Formats: sequence, structure tokens, C-alpha cells
Amino acid sequence: MPESLPIVEMVGISIAFPGVKALDEVGLRLFPGEVHTLMGENGAGKSTLIKALTGVYKIDEGEIRIAGEPRRLGGTADAQNAGVSTVYQEVNLCPNLTIGENVMLGHEVRGAAGINWRATHRAARETLAKLGLGHLNPKHSLSALPLALQQLVAISRSMVARCKVLILDEPTSSLDANEVEQLFTVIRGLRDQGVAILFVSHFLDQVYAISDRLTVLRNGRFEGEYRTSELDRADLISKMIGKDIAALKSLDAKASRRVRTDDAPLYAAKGLSRKGAIEELDIELHRGEVVGLAGLLGSGRTELARLVYGADRPDTGEVTLGGEKTEITTPAKALARRIAFSSENRRDEGIVRDLSVRENLILAVQARRGWARPLPRREQDAIVAKYIAALGVRPADPERPIRLLSGGNQQKVLLGRWLATEPDVLILDEPTRGIDVGAKAEIQEYVSDLADEGLSVLFISSEIEEVVRQSDRIIVLKDHRKIAELEGGRDVSAESIVTIIAEDGLGDPSADTAVREEATA
Amino acid sequence: MSTLTAPPSEARGARALAKRLSLHLDTLPTAAAVTIFIGMIVYGEAAYGRIVQFNTLSNLLINNAHLIILAVGLTFVILTGGIDLSVGAVIAFSSVAGVMLMNAGWDPWLAMGLMVLIGTAFGAASGVLIQYFHVQPFIATLAMMFLGRGLASILSTVPERLADDSPVRELGTQIKLYDGPKVNDVAITPGVIIAAVVVAAAFFVLHRTRTGRTVYAIGGSEQSAALMGLPVPATKMWVYIISGTLAGLAAVVYTARLGSAQNITGIGWELDAIAATVIGGTLLTGGAGFVLGSVVGALVLGLMNVLITRDGGIPPEATTIITGGILLVFVLLQRAVLARRRE
Repeated sequence: MPESLPIVEMVGISIAFPGVKALDEVGLRLFPGEVHTLMGENGAGKSTLIKALTGVYKIDEGEIRIAGEPRRLGGTADAQNAGVSTVYQEVNLCPNLTIGENVMLGHEVRGAAGINWRATHRAARETLAKLGLGHLNPKHSLSALPLALQQLVAISRSMVARCKVLILDEPTSSLDANEVEQLFTVIRGLRDQGVAILFVSHFLDQVYAISDRLTVLRNGRFEGEYRTSELDRADLISKMIGKDIAALKSLDAKASRRVRTDDAPLYAAKGLSRKGAIEELDIELHRGEVVGLAGLLGSGRTELARLVYGADRPDTGEVTLGGEKTEITTPAKALARRIAFSSENRRDEGIVRDLSVRENLILAVQARRGWARPLPRREQDAIVAKYIAALGVRPADPERPIRLLSGGNQQKVLLGRWLATEPDVLILDEPTRGIDVGAKAEIQEYVSDLADEGLSVLFISSEIEEVVRQSDRIIVLKDHRKIAELEGGRDVSAESIVTIIAEDGLGDPSADTAVREEATA
Repeated sequence: MSTLTAPPSEARGARALAKRLSLHLDTLPTAAAVTIFIGMIVYGEAAYGRIVQFNTLSNLLINNAHLIILAVGLTFVILTGGIDLSVGAVIAFSSVAGVMLMNAGWDPWLAMGLMVLIGTAFGAASGVLIQYFHVQPFIATLAMMFLGRGLASILSTVPERLADDSPVRELGTQIKLYDGPKVNDVAITPGVIIAAVVVAAAFFVLHRTRTGRTVYAIGGSEQSAALMGLPVPATKMWVYIISGTLAGLAAVVYTARLGSAQNITGIGWELDAIAATVIGGTLLTGGAGFVLGSVVGALVLGLMNVLITRDGGIPPEATTIITGGILLVFVLLQRAVLARRRE
């Protein structure tokens, strides 16, 4: 497409890691004044390609041309000098410094007496103002800002480095709708100034809202480059996963398939609460049922899950398990009573990076046995083989360090870790966050199968659609309290839940109680 | 406040401190250190008398100049989240080697230069181990500590006296700035001036240069600093080189004051310096702290010794217990501040 010359051209890029070819002759072109989205499943090579462009990984074959000149990038500093800046999914700023310092680090204005702080802060203020962040005081501490604003501060930082190419690696994964819109306004502004933007996201809506061009990768290979307007969503997904999306659709059809068989709940908590985390509420989980927690970020979803699991100690509440009164105040007690919890924070609270897939998988089983009684190797292998096959972990190599697996496959291993403890109640906090469509469908399907087999699942996701699709019953949370409980069915949709959340506390108490009555009916 | 460095930078430092106080929670521990220091002076004056007078305060500076220099070096290291355990042993080796060379006929100034460079070499070795061989700072500097102590013991196990006419002793000679009644003089030594220059230079580097800001950034998040394109490996090398060099310089200052050197000099000084830094408000995990705070921390430790001596009732053995108690209070204070910041 000859409209203008690309500012970045990556040609025939190959990168191999021990045992895997991460990228195989992949190409990418970025044009000034265009938003280009890199699409692909987890493990398709997106991160590897980005790291090649930012100088973190050395390329084995191929060439990177920036503004027409071949460049060898030896590190982040090199890439920044070449005009390539990156904003990562996890905000990579220094929380101990001020906003202004974070924006200007490495580019402080210097005078005869060293850094001229007045001029530096002025420059920071101007840069922030350009992105519509003029209200921020550069002298205030960064850590006081919400994540979304920190992300925008990170983008301001790349503006100071006068970048011509801005890479946004999943910048939206922890933002709410308003914040995403604010981010997009900034991105569009930069695009109009002629910056070439490389955008990575798993949210199709966002991809279609912001990007002009797409490059699709699959299994480390280049699938194609398309204009966004010329490729519809179904085709895009097919290209990403290499098969058609009937698998995904069938999941929707399965909704509301389960009928509750027992009347007595397996797990029931009355008046469960913890100061600052969740206000008093009742929650029941039945066998063979998926209960979804819906609510906005910060509504108390994770806090509730942690109370059920005993990761935090409840202040009040009476818990019965299988009809018997019990106390679950520590994770060890929860595990002993066959309640398992898979954390939303996969990286810090889930996987142990340097251990192998096998070691990660058996961790919970081993923990329950106690360290004095190591699990015999034969049993380990049996468990690991079973779950690698059942969950479709790829590559199916139990001895590979888990950090070398893609996010989706790490999540499958974690799921396997908890399933191996043969729980009665499984709490899944954001099991599908940041993983690709294919792995997501597999995990969703597997969760449904588990419920069919009689497991009781508490399912948490920030994507309300996903909660609706997956759950038999939905508890809606807002501002740390339960505002509704809905039986899954045809009349429950993401829209109706959003409406409930939006209308709650709007000064229309009748509507509110109506919902509650409907819920308890 | 003759306690803070040379007058011009003192005023600037104090102003900057006041400005930052209003903006940052980080400054709370440092402010607490200043408060405790003043409190100790007031208590000492009330209980024992003759604390707030020229010669007591002058001696406080003169006797702790070497500790101040060490604490400045440790501040750099701890700000990055590292640690340097080797500085006490470096002082022992550097001072024994220096005095023996002078006694063997070396030019004293050349020997002093070598003493400083010995520190630099130790710091560089720690830096290389940490940065390029990925050894934990604790282990790398522990190894350097044993190496330094061992080398000092190989050289000599008896006190090595400096010749009475050695020009090195001039660095320890008191200069009367103001001749007060009886012995109540304002006096400093060249060693105190060296410490003041070191503090002023460190303040400048940490707050007015990109290297200094990179030190803070590394302490905040090393990974982020690297991804921001900051020169992380070079800066981490620098902090250990600075710490080692300042240990060498502290060896010169201490030897000049004492007039002799011994292989057992400086045992536990690395811990005193770390304590001074922490009491002065530098976070052990890195990223927050001030070099002026470390100076106050060193003076708190020094003043404590003075007060214990004056009291007479407290056995000297209790000194370390009191140091530990003060340290514990400050660490708890830091935890509280961190918890507040997380909220």
C-alpha cells in the first residue's frame, strides 16, 4: 500500500528460543499517523515481536528498518534513541517518584547547577497538558494516581522522548470503559500528530474502535496484514485461531442448560462481611452450579472471593458446608474443606515462574499433603499427564519452566493445579484475563464441563458478557455490597446487569427493590 | 544547626527539606530523626548540662566525621535497594596498608591517594560481582568484607603507628574558628571539612544529576528503570564504587585523627553506617531517603554515645542495646509510612 513510506519495517524476523521457534519470518510495517493492531492468540509471538522491536530480544534473522535505515537494537535505550517507545501492560514507572519526575526521568532539563527542577517540572506540565492531563500537579506523588492515569503518564513519558513510534502493549486490560475512552482520545490525538502507533489488545471491540490496520500472527508465523475496514470480526478470529468460530458459538448455545438438583446448598454463608472489603451478604453455592460475580472494577468481587476462601478473615458471618457449621479463616482450612481459589493475579499469586509445569501443577496437592510426605514421582506424573491432556496445555512438556508458556497456557496449568486437589468448590478469579480467544473458549468450556460433573464454581470476570455466558446464577456487586442476585436465563444479559448497576442508588428505590424481589423470587 | 554541612548548602538543604515535607510522606522518618536529635540535645542539656556548647558540638562532628562519610556512601547503595557490608573491613585494610607504606617511606600524599583507591577497587569488585555475576549484594559485599579483613590481618596484627611528624596528622589537627572562654571553642578538623564536602557533593549528585535520579528510580523499581531506558547497570556499578571510595576516604580521615591503624579497626562500622542511614529515613528497600537524613542519623548515634558517657550510670555495654532500640523504632515507623502509602 503505497500511500506513504512506513516508518518501521520489520522483514523476515526470526527468533528461536531453546526448543521453540518463537518467530518464523514475521514481517510488520508501521506507518506514521496510523494505529496498527497486532493480533494473535497468546503464544502467537506478539510479545516476542514487540520485544524484538524494543531491543529486548536479539533477532536471529531478518532486518529492522526505522525510517528507511537498517538498525541493530541492543536495548531499550537504543530503541528509544531510534524513536521507539513502549508502554507496557503493567505500568512501568517508579511509584516512589513524583509524576513530573516519572515523565522526565532521563530527560531532565539541566542547567549550570545540575538539574533545573523548575524548568523540568514546567516541561512535565506542558507534556501532560498536551495529553489533556493539565490538571495533574507534576510535583505530586505518582503512587496516588489511579492505574489509568498512570498509564497516561507513561504515555506522556514517551512523548518527552520524542518518539515516532509508540507501542502500547495491552494498555487497556485493567481500565474501565471511561478510562479506555480517555486513553483512546489520547491515542487518536497522537495519531493525528503523525505518530505511528502499535496497539495490542485482546478486546475486539477496542481493536475495531481504534485501529486502521491489523497484522495477524499465528504460532509464530505471519498470517497477513489487513485494513481493519476490510476484515470482519469472524474472519479475524478464524485467522487468529486457524479454525472457525463454531466452537465459540456452541458455548453460547449451552447457556442455562443446568437444572439444580439438590435443594440444600453445598456452601452457604450468612451475613458474611469484612470491614472495608465487603458489607454483610448471604451467598450460597450448590453442587453442579456456576455462580458468577458481576460488578465493576473495585466493586468487591475479589474481596468476596477471598472471604469465601479464607484468604482474608471475615469479621462476621456464619458458614455452613454440606449442612455442617464450619469456620474458614485461613486458606489451609479452606483447602482442607475442599475449597480452591485461583487468584486473578496470575503472575504474582499464581505461577512460580522458575518451576516447571509439573512442579506448578502439583503444588496445591503437595501443600495439602504437607511437605513431610512428598508425592511419589509416579503419582505426580499421572496427575500432570491427566491435566495436561484434559486442559490441552501447549506445549505438552511437563518439564518446561512455566514462565516460557503463554498466559493462556499458564492459566490452564493453574486451573489444573486446583483441580488436582479434587475440590468441591472452585473459585476462579478472572481466569480468562489477558488470554486469547482460543484459550478462553477452551477454559470456559472446561469450566462448564466441571460444573456438569458436580463441581460448584464461583466465577469472577470483569467481562460481564462472560459472566452471563458462563453462570447459572449471578450475584451483582456494587460498592462492596450485593445489590442483586439473578437466575441465569434468557432475560439476563450484560445490558440488564449494567442497567441494574447503573440504576442502583439513583434515587429510585422502587426499581431497586423490584430487582431484589425478582432476584429472591 | 551547625550539624548540617557547609552554610550555603545547609540553607538550601533546609529549604528543600521543608518544601518536600509538605509534599511527601517519605520525609516523615527523616523529620522524625531530626526531632529525636533535637530532643536528645534538649534532654542532654537539661539532664547533664554542657551539651549545647561549642566544644561538645564541635567534638561531635570531629569524632563522627568518618561515620558521616561512610553513611553517605551507604545511602547511595541502600537507595538502590542494595547493601554494602564491606566498608568496615575496607577501612581496616586501607588504613593499615596506608600507614605501613608511609612508614616504609612512601610519600604520605601518594599513600593517602592509594588508601582512597583501595576503597574504589573494593567497591568496583563488589559492583562487578553484583552486576555482571548476579551475586546478591549481601553475599558479594560479605565476601569483600572477609577479603578486606583478611588482607588487613596479613599485613599486620598490631597497631601501626603513624610517625609523629607525618603530614597526615594535619588532617586530624583541630583548627580553632572561634576562641571561646576556657576550652569552649568552635573547632573543626580538615576531616570535618572533607565530610562536609562529601555531603554537599552527594546531595548535589543525588538531587541534581541524572545519575542521582536514576539511583532513586532503581530503588523504586529496577525493572521499570531499565524499561525507561535509564542506564541501570552503569548506575549500580557507580553506587558500589562510590561507597567503596568513600570508605577509603573515611579510612584516611579516621587514621589522621587517631594517628594509628590496626587490622581490627572498623569492626561493625558497616552496621553503624547502615543504622545511621536507616535512622536518617532511608528505606532499606530503596527508593526513598535523603543524604542529609543519614548525616543526622550518624549524629544521633554519636550524640547517644556522648550522653551515655555523661550519664555515667549506663554501662557502655548497653550502648548497642539502645542503638538497636532506636533502630527498631525507626524501622517500625517506616513500615507505618509504607502501609500508609499503599492505601
